[in-house]
Amino acid sequence: MELRVNKEIADADGVSRALKALSQEIITNHPCLDSVMLVGIRTRGVHLADRINKLLYESTGIKVSSGIIDITLYRDDLTSVGPQPVVNKTIIPCNITGKKIILVDDVFYTGRTMRAALDELMDFGRPAIVQIAVLVDRKRRELPIHPDYTGITLETLENETVQVKITETDSCEKIVVAEKN
Amino acid sequence: MAWERENLLGIQELSEEELIHILDTADSFKEVSTREVKKVPAMRGQTVVLLFFEPSTRTRISFELAAKRLSADIVNISVSASSLTKGETLLDTVRNIEAMNINQVIIRHGMSGAAHKLSGAIGPAVINAGDGCHEHPTQALLDIMTIREKKGDIRGLKAVIIGDIMHSRVARSNIWGLTKLGAEVTVCGPPTFIPPFIEETGAKREYRLEKALDGADIVMALRIQKERQNDSHIPSLREYAELFGVTARRLRLAKADAILMHPGPINRGVELDQETAGCKQSVILEQVTNGVAVRMAVMYLLSGGKGEH
Repeated sequence: MELRVNKEIADADGVSRALKALSQEIITNHPCLDSVMLVGIRTRGVHLADRINKLLYESTGIKVSSGIIDITLYRDDLTSVGPQPVVNKTIIPCNITGKKIILVDDVFYTGRTMRAALDELMDFGRPAIVQIAVLVDRKRRELPIHPDYTGITLETLENETVQVKITETDSCEKIVVAEKN
Repeated sequence: MAWERENLLGIQELSEEELIHILDTADSFKEVSTREVKKVPAMRGQTVVLLFFEPSTRTRISFELAAKRLSADIVNISVSASSLTKGETLLDTVRNIEAMNINQVIIRHGMSGAAHKLSGAIGPAVINAGDGCHEHPTQALLDIMTIREKKGDIRGLKAVIIGDIMHSRVARSNIWGLTKLGAEVTVCGPPTFIPPFIEETGAKREYRLEKALDGADIVMALRIQKERQNDSHIPSLREYAELFGVTARRLRLAKADAILMHPGPINRGVELDQETAGCKQSVILEQVTNGVAVRMAVMYLLSGGKGEH
């Protein structure tokens, strides 16, 4: 699939500011961070969760517990058409029952990834509440699921794709909208 | 890499890349068995048939749990209670079951090549759970997964496999897998148990256990079938145990951090003595735990297709 970059939505500064805003919102919403747990969705969600964790620590001095979720086995499009996607490890280091979970991902699009993450999370226990934090919301959801904390909201077309590039996984840091050919 | 193979019939035909891909996938599946809810929906609604012509505890239960933890439905064919005793052929039996829209067949059979024959005749994916003396690929995969966990990189490790190599599908699959990943494999046993052209696989032969164990990282003991003492391969199990049994004293000849492995079931007092079977270096029970993860990985990879997503 060929991509043609249309425009840059945010540069490294923009990403940093959006994450800071997200962290502040989380602090406002959770005066007590002790029972909060950040769960990053592979792959970029994991790194963004780490960054948010650091920002929370810088602001409050509290280190929030964190986990990693791989949603491959819960996807709704695991058909027998193509070869199976690679499965990486899910690491939930403590009991989530009673905890306030914040699922973190880079882009919120149709909501299907989050649906899969929610189903998988429920197999680990009974959280007190689950919220969603994303860097970019494309506002093209296909399921009745909504993010609670959003860094940047974008109007996009169906044939466009939003790419979040962060230094942990890519060679640069920015958010771009590209067109699929 | 994208998994493309439609069946798992043996280790010999796998590339190093495919082998590592299964092991990496198994690593990710291991965690599922530690959850409260030991289930993922990846194969929800798919049907898996277990066709075991030979007795089995470990392998059968392991495959059953693997399928159930992937949310698949299981059908267990117990050969003695099936029409196979009425004279129905293997292929007819499976074709009839295939007509009920199944997805995978897991077969253990006494004849080498049975899994291969089946895979050529039916559509659903076939997994070889042991065919005659030929291969037992999921056993080797779980063995290698255990070695990887304990020792890291397989390359350069010295592995010794002790027992009836001639009749052992476990030995064969392990030799293929370990040599593919760069380990140095030595097989050890009385001459009547060592196949004549074993060096062609890349393995070395050694008839004296003490020499074979010297400096070994991995000590794998195989089960000796009681029947072998009746068909003149060995004079008695007692003599085998005296010369080739892995005792605590003999295990000390291997490296201090060597691991002791056995596919099970153990003949205590023959291939292992009471002390070694439960010693600190034994990873025998971990092998069993990893068996479920490996089989989940194999079934997951085979439940895909070959087209574009």
